[in-house]
Amino acid sequence: MNIRLKMVLILTLFACISGGVLSLVYIISSPLIEANMLEEQNRAIFLVVPEAKSYEEKLTEGINYFECTDTEGRVVGIALPAEGIGYQGVIKLMVGLTPDLRQVMGLVVLEQIETPGLGGRISEEEFQNQFKGINTEPAIEWVKNQAPEKDTDIQAVTGATISSRSVVLIINKRIQDLRTVM
Amino acid sequence: MTDLSNKGIFGEFTKGFWKENPILVMLLGMCPTLAVTTSAIKGLTMGLAVLFVLTCSSLIVSIVRNIIPKQVRIPTFIVIIATFVTMVDLFLKAFLLDLSKALGPFIPLIVVNCIILGRAEAFASRNRVILSLLDAVGVSLGFTVTLILLGGIREILGMGTFFGHVVFGPRFDQWVIMLLPPGAFITLGFMLGAKNIIDRKFEEKRKS
Repeated sequence: MNIRLKMVLILTLFACISGGVLSLVYIISSPLIEANMLEEQNRAIFLVVPEAKSYEEKLTEGINYFECTDTEGRVVGIALPAEGIGYQGVIKLMVGLTPDLRQVMGLVVLEQIETPGLGGRISEEEFQNQFKGINTEPAIEWVKNQAPEKDTDIQAVTGATISSRSVVLIINKRIQDLRTVM
Repeated sequence: MTDLSNKGIFGEFTKGFWKENPILVMLLGMCPTLAVTTSAIKGLTMGLAVLFVLTCSSLIVSIVRNIIPKQVRIPTFIVIIATFVTMVDLFLKAFLLDLSKALGPFIPLIVVNCIILGRAEAFASRNRVILSLLDAVGVSLGFTVTLILLGGIREILGMGTFFGHVVFGPRFDQWVIMLLPPGAFITLGFMLGAKNIIDRKFEEKRKS
């Protein structure tokens, strides 16, 4: 057989088999992956709005958030996904807010690639728990190496001011965005 | 059928652990080696992902080695390797989402890991199926063990834990540097040095 023809045929054959096999694997795995993603989203939402029993996804002018309700259908909080740039890459957060957006109920860092041991500590509960109950008006602020005094302050992770500040700025920005559309 | 192997079946399996260790001797696959080994579990996961991809691709490459025209052998190998890498990536996303996130882009990057293409080109495309399989499993287990060692040392010194279990008490001062890129180079340097010292000792003993 002509060598050029053979080259084309063999490579095409392998590409087709590969495509076929991968489509099959994808069909099997995609429901599992989607279920995983959904479970993770549920976990984050119920963590930041502890009183929530169910939630409904809302989309207003490009900003999506989750309106959380208790068993009687009262709105008990808002879970707001937010993301922005940290020190080394994208930080993804889920913020729990009171329905009037004035207070933070909880925070969870979903994804970050900050420096391990320094900025990476924004994923630790000690840092995340500081946000519980702080006021969002006029804006959340951060302090360095001292205990927070105002009810809008959180303490930055030692040696990782940029990562800590990024989290605060991302939250402030997102709340600001949400206020303008709600 | 030509058989380039001269080490025997057992030798093809064991060489990957020490004599032809992909990290400590061939210095291949440095990108995942240095980047993902901030903890032992990440090293283990990366190693097992490579074990699967290398074994499967070596098997297929060895089976089809006689029908692939040599001009398109590299693209064909890459297609085969990429297929298995995508499978691993989907598997991790479906069953081990946290680890999949922790390893980030380094799982898809196994496609361009030179250990795998290297074994396909240098070994699987020239040897019988059984030898290729043994070679692949041996090399990737050697890779895995070395990654666990590297990740373990960095995790113990950098966080005071091993596979997430606390090794040192709460008063342990963490060496953050070990978790940062320099820590990877420092640890790898010491491991290479240690291997060479041990080899030299054996060499001296054999001569005397």
